[in-house]
Amino acid sequence: MLWFLRGMRTNFSLPTFILMAAFVGFAGFARESGIEMAHAVFMTVMVWALPAQIVLIAGITAGATLPATMIAVALSSVRLMPMVTTLVPELKTGKTRTRTLVFLSHFIAVTAWVMATERVHRVPRQFRTVFFIGFAMTLSLLNVGVVLLVYLFAARIPAMVLGALFFLTPVYFLTSLWATARAHVVKLAMVAGLALGPLFHVLTPELDLLLAGLCGGTIAFVLARSPMFRPKGDGQ
Amino acid sequence: MTFSGIDAWWWPYLFILIAGWFATDFWRYAGVLVGRRLNEGSQAFEFVRAVATALVAAVISRLILFPTGALAETGVVLRIVAAVLGFAAFKLAGQRVVVGVGVSLAALAAGMVLGF
Repeated sequence: MLWFLRGMRTNFSLPTFILMAAFVGFAGFARESGIEMAHAVFMTVMVWALPAQIVLIAGITAGATLPATMIAVALSSVRLMPMVTTLVPELKTGKTRTRTLVFLSHFIAVTAWVMATERVHRVPRQFRTVFFIGFAMTLSLLNVGVVLLVYLFAARIPAMVLGALFFLTPVYFLTSLWATARAHVVKLAMVAGLALGPLFHVLTPELDLLLAGLCGGTIAFVLARSPMFRPKGDGQ
Repeated sequence: MTFSGIDAWWWPYLFILIAGWFATDFWRYAGVLVGRRLNEGSQAFEFVRAVATALVAAVISRLILFPTGALAETGVVLRIVAAVLGFAAFKLAGQRVVVGVGVSLAALAAGMVLGF
């Protein structure tokens, strides 16, 4: 229980504020797109991944069919699989039930992943799942609150403010991911992904993230093992 | 089979469940099945971590270079300059995330006001 509360308290921090700002932007976008409040809330609870929710709304407003929308959303969400795959070994103990991991995996999205990667190693292993659930469930609920508040109270949000709110997310990811990169391979992967992302976006817009991740990750993995990159020292 | 194609109160929820929840949590559950068998520090773990990091990095550059919505109305040069300035400030300030985010946002806002 103590670690659940400590997890909750982790939300008094810059990343949570930034994600909430991004959700102000999302709710503004959903409302302008003619999505009802109850549907926007249901989406936030059930999907809990901002890019997927934006793709979903784009499909809805374009009048796309259910299968077409599902495929577009699924493509935008592939990135969650490697993120969950790397966080699970850090969270579990030998006794953790699969059911628990399945439940907590729903709350893993980019912000929660970056924050958990940064903080969870300081939590004693047996309390990590409790800590994560306390933190990530609260993060999710806070943003459901943000969506409700924007629908109920916010007048039209000026375009300039929305633009600035949307800019917070990439800059936060860029700096916090770099700050928490302990191993050399992570920094190499970041540089590779930053460079390959736009390239694949132009070449294959549908599969850009997946291909940039696989190619960038492979390049970083191989380079980190080559003697050329070794002497620079890890964690610099 | 579009969102507004069936006139029933439950249809939008079913649509969101299938096209949103299933399409997203499918990958999370797949990640649990693989992650359960991986050990921290193993070669396979290192590889998946590199892929996950490169993926998030690709998300970052997409959000900066090809944004959607209101941010798309700002110039691409302004966004790149604001991100680079923020990252430089972050490094100079001993890798403080707050400094990087603050400087980037200030640069973007200044650019927008000046009409870039």
